[in-house]
Amino acid sequence: MSRAPQIRFLADGRRLHLQDGPIDLIVEARGSEANLRAAYDAAARRFTGLLDELCDELKMLRLAADPARCLLQGAVARRMHGAVAPFAAWHFITPMAAVAGAVAEEILGAMVQEVRLERAYVNNGGDIALHLAEGQRFTVGLIDRPDQHGLMRTIIVDADDPTRGVATSGRHGRSFSFGIADAVTVLARTASQADAAATIIANAVDLPGHPAILRIPAHDLQPDSDLGARLVTRGVGELSEREIADALEAGNSCARALLGAGLIEGAALRLCGETVSVASRPVNPRVSRGAYQDGMESAEHV
Amino acid sequence: MLTDATAATDKIRCDACPVMCYIKPGAAGACDRYANHNGELVRVDPHIVLERTVSHGGRLVPFQATGDWDGKIVHEPSVFVTAIGAGTTYPDYKPAPFIVSSEIDGVDMVTVVTEGIFSYCGVKVKIDTDRYLGPETATVRAQGEAIGHVTTSEYGSQMLSLGGVHHLTGGSKKEGRVTCEALMDLSNCKPVELTIDGGATVVVQAGYPPIVNGVAEERMRVGCGSATIGMFAKQWHGKVDEVVVVDDHITGVLSEHQAGKLLEIPDTGIKMKGRRSTPGRYFQVAEPGTGWGGTMISDPLSVLGPFDPRTARPGMTMLMVSTTGEHAAYYELDAMLRPVEKPMPADLRQSVERIQENCEPALCTVLFMGGAGGSLRAGVTDNPVRLTRSVKEALTRVTSGGAPVYVWPGGGITFMVDVTRLPAGAFGYVPTPALVAPIEFTLRLSDYAALGGHMDHVRPLASLKDNTEIRQMPPQPPGPRA
Repeated sequence: MSRAPQIRFLADGRRLHLQDGPIDLIVEARGSEANLRAAYDAAARRFTGLLDELCDELKMLRLAADPARCLLQGAVARRMHGAVAPFAAWHFITPMAAVAGAVAEEILGAMVQEVRLERAYVNNGGDIALHLAEGQRFTVGLIDRPDQHGLMRTIIVDADDPTRGVATSGRHGRSFSFGIADAVTVLARTASQADAAATIIANAVDLPGHPAILRIPAHDLQPDSDLGARLVTRGVGELSEREIADALEAGNSCARALLGAGLIEGAALRLCGETVSVASRPVNPRVSRGAYQDGMESAEHV
Repeated sequence: MLTDATAATDKIRCDACPVMCYIKPGAAGACDRYANHNGELVRVDPHIVLERTVSHGGRLVPFQATGDWDGKIVHEPSVFVTAIGAGTTYPDYKPAPFIVSSEIDGVDMVTVVTEGIFSYCGVKVKIDTDRYLGPETATVRAQGEAIGHVTTSEYGSQMLSLGGVHHLTGGSKKEGRVTCEALMDLSNCKPVELTIDGGATVVVQAGYPPIVNGVAEERMRVGCGSATIGMFAKQWHGKVDEVVVVDDHITGVLSEHQAGKLLEIPDTGIKMKGRRSTPGRYFQVAEPGTGWGGTMISDPLSVLGPFDPRTARPGMTMLMVSTTGEHAAYYELDAMLRPVEKPMPADLRQSVERIQENCEPALCTVLFMGGAGGSLRAGVTDNPVRLTRSVKEALTRVTSGGAPVYVWPGGGITFMVDVTRLPAGAFGYVPTPALVAPIEFTLRLSDYAALGGHMDHVRPLASLKDNTEIRQMPPQPPGPRA
C-alpha cells in the first residue's frame, strides 16, 4: 500500500508538522527566511523513510538492551540504544524507551547540520530536542490542568545550560509504565537521554504491592508490546497523602542518583496533584499571570 | 487492511505503517490513529481530535466528514461545520492525559499531564415505577457514598437528581470519585446500583426497566385502580354489571366509583376488603407483592367479602382486572351469590387488552445535564458571551455527540440530553473529578466570524477527507472558567 509521511505546516504557518505512523513531530526554528526553508526541507528529507529504517530493526529494538554492546545498524536505533544502555545493567529496558527522543534528536540534527539557526525545537509528542545558538533560550512550561489557564511551572533553558532535551513519561501516555507517576518530566543533555531517564524515573515512582493499583500484563493491552508479560499500571485508586509522598520519594531518590551520575540535568515528578523536583542548579522562578510559578529547586517539595 | 490469520483471538494486524501493530479489540495501535473496533480496523483520530481539543480548554476543529450529522449545513461548500467536542464514538474511550505542543504565555512548549471539563454536571433519572423508592429528599447512594437525592416524583415515575458540583467536588475525595463514576456509567447507559436512605435498592440503566429490590419492573400501570375505572367506565357500561380493578395502592370498584355513579350504574352488593378511602376507592386490599396489580394475591376473589343478598342477584356479571391488564378474570354469581369464573366475553377481553395497550413499558431514562462554561466557550470564540447569545438566538445549534439537546433559557449554556441518543461510550471522566461529555456548536461561517471565532483554525471539510487531521492543538487563552 502507498504510504507517504504527512509533511505540512500547521494553521499558524510557522510550525511544521511531520507525521508518519506513530511518529508525530512539531518542528519550529528561528533564523533567516532562507535558512528556515532549508532547515525545514532538511527535516522533511530526513523524516522521509525514517520510520521504515526503524521498523527494519524493530524486532531487536523491542528486546532488552545489552548494556555492553550494540548490534543495531541505523543511526536512530543506535542512538536509542546508547540512551538506554546506562540503565540496562540494572533495569529491564529496551531501546524503544528512547525512540521518541531519538527521533526528535535526529530530525533536529538534520536541520542544524544544514544551516545556521538561532534556535529550533523538534517536539515528538512531548519528547523535545532543542537547539540554541549563543545567547538564545527556550522557556518550557508544564501544565497540569489544561482547562484552567496558567502554567504550573516554567523552566528556562538557555544556551549556557547543558540541557538540550526534555521528555515526559508516566502512566497516562501512549507508552506503558511500571510506575504510577502521572508525569515525570526530565531535562537532559539530549532528548533521547531525557526520554530514557524519564521512563526509568517514572517506573520508580511506585508503591509495589499496593492494592489500589491496577496492573495488567502489557501484552494483554498491546499484543506486540516490547514489555511482554510485565505488569504495567492501568489504574491508580485512592492513595493517602503519605503514600503519595512515599511513591514520589522513591522516584525522587532515583532521579537524584541519575543527577549525581550526570545522566540528567533535572526532573519534575508529579503524582495525584503533588510535585517534587530535582535540578543540578536552581532556576529562577519566573512569574507569569494567572499561575503560581517556581523553578526547579533542588529536591524540594512544592 | 489485513486481518491476521489468528483471527480467533480477534487481534487484527494493521498495515497502515511499517510498525504493523497487532491490535486487540477495543484498543488502538501505537499511533492512536487506527483501532480495532469489533474486529475491524478503523481510523479514530478525527474523534481523538475532538476529544483532545476540548480537554485542553477547547479549540475549534471541524466536525468529521462522515457520520450521522443531519445538519444540511455540512454539505454546503461555503459553510463549515465547527465542533468543539469531547468524547468520541470509540468504545470505552477514556480521555487520557496527553501532551501538547503549543505556545502559551510566550512559552514555547507545554507538557500537559491531566485534563478536565464538566465539573458542573449531573444526571436526572426518571424511573417508571409506582413502587415506593424512598421519601423525597432522601439521599441516594452508590457504593455507600451520597451522590444525589430523591426529588419530586412525576406521573407514574420516581425521579432522582444525581451528581452536581456539590457531590463532585464538595464532599470527600471518595464521594467525588464515586459520584463521577456513577454519572459516567449512567451516561454511558451502563447499569448502576443505587440505594436510597430509608427506601429501596434500585438498579438503574438508561433504556432498561428498573430493578427494584431485585425485581424488574415490566410495565407502568395504566393508572391506579381508581384512575382505571375513570378511564374505562364508559367502555364497560352496559357490558358488565361490576368491575373491580385490583391495585396495590388504590383498588377501584365501578358501581361505587364516582364514574359509575355518573353513568347511573346500579349497586351490586359487592363487599370489598381493605380500607375504604372515598366511594369506590379502597386502600390496602392486600399486601404488596408480585401478584395481581402489584399485590401478593393470586386469587382476586380473596379481596372480596360475600355479596350483600339484599342487593345482589344470581346471574350478575363481574370483571376483575389488574391495573396493568396482565391479570383479568370474568365471573357470574351463582344461585348462592358466589362468583363463578366463566369465559370472558369478547368485548370485555378487548377492554382488558386496551388496558395492556395503554401501559407503557417501564423504563429508566437518564438525562445528562451540564453547563458549557467559560473556558469551553473560549475554545470557540475569543468573546465567550457572544457564543451564549448566539445559542440563545438560535444561530448556533448545540448538539451533544450529534444528539439534540434542550438548552435551558437563562444565563450560560446549560443543556440536557437523553444519553441513549449518544454514541456508545461517549462520556469520559477526568480525575478532577469531572465528566467529559461531547458538545458541538454548529453555525454558519459568517456567523462564526461575527461572533469572534478562531477563523484561522477553521478548515474546510474537504481537507479532512484525506484523513490528515492535526493531532496537536494549542490550549486556549484565558476566559471565564467553567
